[in-house]
Amino acid sequence: MSESVACGLHCTKINHINVKFGKEVVLKDVNLHVHCGQLTVIIGRNGAGKSTLLKAILGEVEHTGNIVFTDMKENITKRIKIGYVPQSIHIEKHMPTTVYDLFASCICHVPVFLKKDKKIYQEIKEQLKLFGAEKLIDKSIGDLSGGELQRVLLAIATKPTPNLLILDEPVSGIDKNGTEDFYELVNNLKQKYDMSILLVSHDLDLVKKYADKVVLLDKEVVKEGTPEEVFHSLEFQNRFGNLK
Amino acid sequence: MDIIYNILEAILPFEFIEYTFMKNALLAILLVTPVFAILGTMIVNNKMAFFSDALGHSALTGIAIGMVLGISNMNISMIFFAVIFALLLNFVKNKTTYGADTIISVFSSIAIALGLAMLAQSGNFNKYSSYLVGDILSISNIEILYLFLAFIAVFAFWYFTFNKLNVLSINSTLAKSRGVNTKLIDNIFVILIAVIVMISIRWIGILLINSLLILPAASSRNVTKNMRSYHLLSVIFSLFSGTAGLVISYYWNIPTGSMIVLISGIIYFITFGIRKLVKE
Repeated sequence: MSESVACGLHCTKINHINVKFGKEVVLKDVNLHVHCGQLTVIIGRNGAGKSTLLKAILGEVEHTGNIVFTDMKENITKRIKIGYVPQSIHIEKHMPTTVYDLFASCICHVPVFLKKDKKIYQEIKEQLKLFGAEKLIDKSIGDLSGGELQRVLLAIATKPTPNLLILDEPVSGIDKNGTEDFYELVNNLKQKYDMSILLVSHDLDLVKKYADKVVLLDKEVVKEGTPEEVFHSLEFQNRFGNLK
Repeated sequence: MDIIYNILEAILPFEFIEYTFMKNALLAILLVTPVFAILGTMIVNNKMAFFSDALGHSALTGIAIGMVLGISNMNISMIFFAVIFALLLNFVKNKTTYGADTIISVFSSIAIALGLAMLAQSGNFNKYSSYLVGDILSISNIEILYLFLAFIAVFAFWYFTFNKLNVLSINSTLAKSRGVNTKLIDNIFVILIAVIVMISIRWIGILLINSLLILPAASSRNVTKNMRSYHLLSVIFSLFSGTAGLVISYYWNIPTGSMIVLISGIIYFITFGIRKLVKE
């Protein structure tokens, strides 16, 4: 395994996140520290508030509490750049949007219904290449397979390189091998870039294999630590039963 | 205006262009159809066809309210009401977990019923029934100027915010992560649709206006694979059905709005056929 470029001195602090939908408490005082060069995985049962937490971090869901990004090297707080990969995007077949159209819409202001911008096109191609997806650039996003779309979305989320990369693991449209590929890509990213990665996962086997830190969520953080610590805890067994 | 008239007469050596009302109608169509074509691209992508339909129906209430309040320029009350209607509809749609189509249908029916009731009560319904089918041949110079201003506004908005609108249409959380103010952009978009629909509705008609928004984009979507051709073909289809509809309606004595929609409909089925053929 190659040496990671991450310095471990950048930290995203997620402080006191509370979310309520009407009267129902969805998240209660969630605190998390995510360090660069680490893959932090959030696990939990359905309805535990995993996706809501991600949406709160992105500011899409109303919440109290805050997110602070600190550089411990220089000891200053910076504005955080967040990259995000959605769990699943429902895209119709025959959508008149190519990978280029989607990518360029995310990274530049020149409207994509005008002429293709050659410089941007090249930039996008280079970025897609890192994910083995450069051939997809002129394909309609409605014609991509689940795995292909995931690569494209990862390529978009990491340009420009974010401080925090948030991933909602795909559950539908991708087979077991595809999911493993996804984890491999994420693992590569962790080593290549200086960023923190926060992943919501539904696949406990792969979590064991790849995660540096696991957070068990059930409306609040009930257990966090290394995969072994969490998987052998009473809190975990109460929620998932005894895993072999 | 005279300069434009002279140009039109010079480049179009046809009998119909001699009449001022035809020149005005042609100018109006050249301004309105491209605007509807590009707004339509996102309305179709976002599956908002029913939404824009309801918005068109709200014109009736706007007219009635304007009449009750004694406003001389109906455009003002119509636009005012339509903007509120659109924002309210957007708000309710985002808050509720029911199917959006049900909510829209409820809003739409109430808007029509309220408008009809108010107009009938004051005995003015016949005076405004021309709004139902529209009459592009009666458009005046100053109203063409309004359309021109709307044309500029829509293209400026499209130029500066299209990319954001595009990401938002694909996934709102993804848009949020790219720093897009999703609520603001979404609301400006529906306000813009409301304004454009209201200033055009007298010329196109409440019953037909939605087809002008939906058909060109839907036809284009049948046969295109990227954003550039999607926009280009939508504008071409829209311009073609608009001008052809106007000219044919002149010679055959058919209401212009109906003719335009009929041609758009034919284009839709041709592109639909092409798509099926290509797939097989």
